[in-house]
Amino acid sequence: MANIISDETIEYVGILAKLELDSEEKEQAKKDMGRMLDYIDKLNELDTDGIEPMSHIFPVDNVFREDEVCNGDGREITLANAPERKEDSFVVPKTIVG
Amino acid sequence: MKQYETVIGLEVHVELATKTKIFCSCPTEFGGAPNSHTCPVCTGMPGSLPVLNKKVVEYAVAVGLATNCSITQNCKFDRKNYFYPDNPQNYQISQLYYPICRNGGIEITTENGITKTIGIHEIHMEEDAGKLVHDEWGESSLVDFNRSGVPLIEIVSEPDMRSAEEVIAYLDKLRLIIQYLGASDCKLQEGSMRADVNLSIREAGTEEFGTRTEMKNLNSFKAIARAIEAEKERQIDIIESGGKVVQETRRWDDNKEYSYAMRSKEDAQDYRYFPEPDLVPVIISDSWLEEIKLSQPEFRDEKLKRYKEEYKIPDYDAQIITGNKHLADIFEAATAICNNPKKVSNWLMVETMRLMKENDMEPEQLKFSPENLAKLVNLAESRVINSQTAKEVFEKVFSDDIDPEKYVEENGLKTVSDDGALREIVQKVIEENPQPVEDYHNGKKKAMGFLVGQIMKEMKGKADPAMANNILKELL
Amino acid sequence: MSLMNLTAVGLGKKIQNKEVSAPEAAKAALDAIKAKEAEINSFVTVDSEGALKRAEEVQKLIDKGKLAGPLAGVPVAVKDNMCTKGLLTTCSSKILGNYIPMFTADAVLNLEKAGAVIIGKTNMDEFAMGSTTETSAFGPTKNPWDTGHVPGGSSGGSCAAVAAEECLYALGSDTGGSIRQPSSFCGVTGIKPTYGTVSRYGLIAYGSSLDQIGPVAKDVTDCATILEVISSYDQKDSTSVKRDNYNFTSALEDNVKGMKIGIPADYFGEGLDREVKEAVLNAAKELEKKGAVIEEFNLSLVDYAIPAYYIIACAEASSNLARFDGVKYGYRTEDYNGLHNMYKKTRSEGFGAEVKRRIMLGSFVLSSGYYDAYYIKALKTKALIKKAFDKAFNKYDVILGPAAPQTAPALGESLSDPLKMYLGDIYTISANLAGLPGITVPCGISSKRLPIGLQLLGNCFEEKNIIRAAYAFEQTREYAHSPLA
Repeated sequence: MANIISDETIEYVGILAKLELDSEEKEQAKKDMGRMLDYIDKLNELDTDGIEPMSHIFPVDNVFREDEVCNGDGREITLANAPERKEDSFVVPKTIVG
Repeated sequence: MKQYETVIGLEVHVELATKTKIFCSCPTEFGGAPNSHTCPVCTGMPGSLPVLNKKVVEYAVAVGLATNCSITQNCKFDRKNYFYPDNPQNYQISQLYYPICRNGGIEITTENGITKTIGIHEIHMEEDAGKLVHDEWGESSLVDFNRSGVPLIEIVSEPDMRSAEEVIAYLDKLRLIIQYLGASDCKLQEGSMRADVNLSIREAGTEEFGTRTEMKNLNSFKAIARAIEAEKERQIDIIESGGKVVQETRRWDDNKEYSYAMRSKEDAQDYRYFPEPDLVPVIISDSWLEEIKLSQPEFRDEKLKRYKEEYKIPDYDAQIITGNKHLADIFEAATAICNNPKKVSNWLMVETMRLMKENDMEPEQLKFSPENLAKLVNLAESRVINSQTAKEVFEKVFSDDIDPEKYVEENGLKTVSDDGALREIVQKVIEENPQPVEDYHNGKKKAMGFLVGQIMKEMKGKADPAMANNILKELL
Repeated sequence: MSLMNLTAVGLGKKIQNKEVSAPEAAKAALDAIKAKEAEINSFVTVDSEGALKRAEEVQKLIDKGKLAGPLAGVPVAVKDNMCTKGLLTTCSSKILGNYIPMFTADAVLNLEKAGAVIIGKTNMDEFAMGSTTETSAFGPTKNPWDTGHVPGGSSGGSCAAVAAEECLYALGSDTGGSIRQPSSFCGVTGIKPTYGTVSRYGLIAYGSSLDQIGPVAKDVTDCATILEVISSYDQKDSTSVKRDNYNFTSALEDNVKGMKIGIPADYFGEGLDREVKEAVLNAAKELEKKGAVIEEFNLSLVDYAIPAYYIIACAEASSNLARFDGVKYGYRTEDYNGLHNMYKKTRSEGFGAEVKRRIMLGSFVLSSGYYDAYYIKALKTKALIKKAFDKAFNKYDVILGPAAPQTAPALGESLSDPLKMYLGDIYTISANLAGLPGITVPCGISSKRLPIGLQLLGNCFEEKNIIRAAYAFEQTREYAHSPLA
């Protein structure tokens, strides 16, 4: 396998993706990602010099909204599925220490 | 000890004065119950999609033009990925690769009269985050998305500033330009203008930059100045004691006058930017650009000139009034109504300044309407009220924006110009003060003043002094 | 013959003619579901009450003459990644296991306006990530042709429900073949329209630049009719494209005379099952008989589509799925210690293995130092693939090939080797990268009694070409009902 994924990399990606893997899952993830990257490396065979990266397929541009208020009180829609709610706010574990 | 030079660059976030958010039709206005100004888009509901507010582009371009930037005529949005509860999608729609404005700069003049240009690296459009309220005793924070999606521009300067003074001068100039454009009210206290300070130090005379830190949570010019001073000292201490400055984000606590590193091992600061697939490019055509250029307002320098020429306002006064957009707006609106620029200017320069100073206020905090100021000017000019009363009424206008006409009417403050009533009082005063009357006849002019004073006292200040004078002379 | 054997348009006609009422149709569908679900598991949610109530309302409107469309009163199933107001929408994930949207996806609204009766939400690969419907948190859907096999995915529930005749038609979504491949495996017809044709508003995003909603039904007429209804320019979706017309049904003609059809030789190489190959080439012959001009050509770049796709789709997914964090909706872990622990536990418990795998890969390819090597490289590859198709469509009206290299694999066969599963998307994926419309129609049945699908790709905005070709081919064979129908 050309791509060896280190413990540090998996740990780091876990922080980025907010995923916590147990040691067994980590080993599997290292293997899976390494294999996938090996496969993806196939793209290196392709000469893409001077090619403009294409993010949108169609040359659609300038899609705008006018600056007009259309939305009313959205509280109930917003909070309807809240896992934890206090009055009109979402509740999360404290974000600052002290 | 070695000599050090401070190198400062700023990232200034400005909330744009649009009616709606950047990607949805929710109102941007302050206040309202938590989450009342929200919808599926600005709360990151699954399946919701953003649509760009055209006005945001126009404001951003206007600021770019006013700060001498080149406009990216094919600009795009990117996603900045990071987890935080005030960020409903856990990514922020921003611009990294093709920001709307680039390579600008503005000229600043510091209090010492030194003029220099501060480069602007770029200006980009992005969405604001929601608000977190921390429960002081409990274990939780509350999330309110009312601010989520409010449009911002971030103005990134070049590291061209060398002192807190230059930083303040830069911010002042920027604020003035943006206020003049009407693109934002730029209130630091309320957070509609926020500055993050990137600071590094280097030995004087060297070219290479030192490692910089980013300072956040600076809510006033004073806090910015204090934070710069403290961070400079902190970095010098580190280097003097043989250490190395760590590149990090720090949070300023203005009460403790101290900053601390915000980094934790859960914040990798790796934002994984990539082109926002849900938004299409913004193409700013030459004609659109021209349109925005043509709608640029009169900026300060032009206004200054016009005030002096057209309104004959002294230079010093014109400087002060044009030095703040809100003040200039009040001046022009009031003048348009009462057609008395000199008097309007006087009220602003004397009484308004005095009351602002007494109340420790910024011009932005002035809340009286130009209509009421104009009415007051008219009342005073037409002698409906005398100058002492006018000052008292103005205090009411200043504090509560009362309608001076109504107020004068309701409180019976009109100068008494009823000849009969005044004549009666004058007669009474003459009879009650034989000695001063005699003094007057003996040529003591001072006695006249005393008698007028007595008349005013009797009239509870409402007499027209000139009229009282005339009647007094006549009866004597 | 049961009502459920009809096509959607066929039943719609009977409803308009008052031969059948909308409530009768809804009841027939609900009865079929009751009878078959234990065996197939195509639904996450069945809305019996809502469907019957809605059917009554629709019938009233029909009776008053206010509703006369071809789909009025016809029961439909909707893939569970499209938001339906007041109706559970899970993406077949534990993390959205309790999520009740407060608004309805635009495509579904369009259906409702046309008088559709939604009977339930169909099972899928979790967040549309998978090709078998086995990554669903609610158990796999079985193939109605052989319940030991998968229905394909990710719209496996939608395709199985149509094949098993639990509904008359369904909506699916296609990010890398998720309508076309399961349609092929289940012996039904499905269209992935040109990107931007159907609004994505209310479709829970997997790969935003690739996702499109499309119809699944028994035949081409149904699909064209449904597509006509769900397509619209939507101001809420900035990537929505304003098209000149949406009258796809006008292409329902048995006429391919002079139509130029290209067969990419690179679609018929190694890895293609012999029976699939034969069935597809036979289909080409049928079209040739009808006057189409068939020509073999080299499309090129076929092998690069999968790696480019997985970079783009996983990168977008890693960002799109970041919002599932236990704060605003959906699942939140029971016990946690602080914010970041809450995030990590919620997401680790809420997402299944395949979703985590793709989020990890997507986060990695976007991370500092890798962006250019992976993401930009993939976007450049995408540009090249688009160019290759542009070149092909200069010459051909339609590109013909298989929808999948094999017939439906046995249950459990694909899960052990994700990469192998990814390779199964080889014929469908490039249409998503290039934004092209594609249709799958049944073209044969293998010796193991599993359906084989024919895929026709058209140039962007040229759905009518593939609809016409598919319709003409469809006239050459009978619709084969699945054993569970």
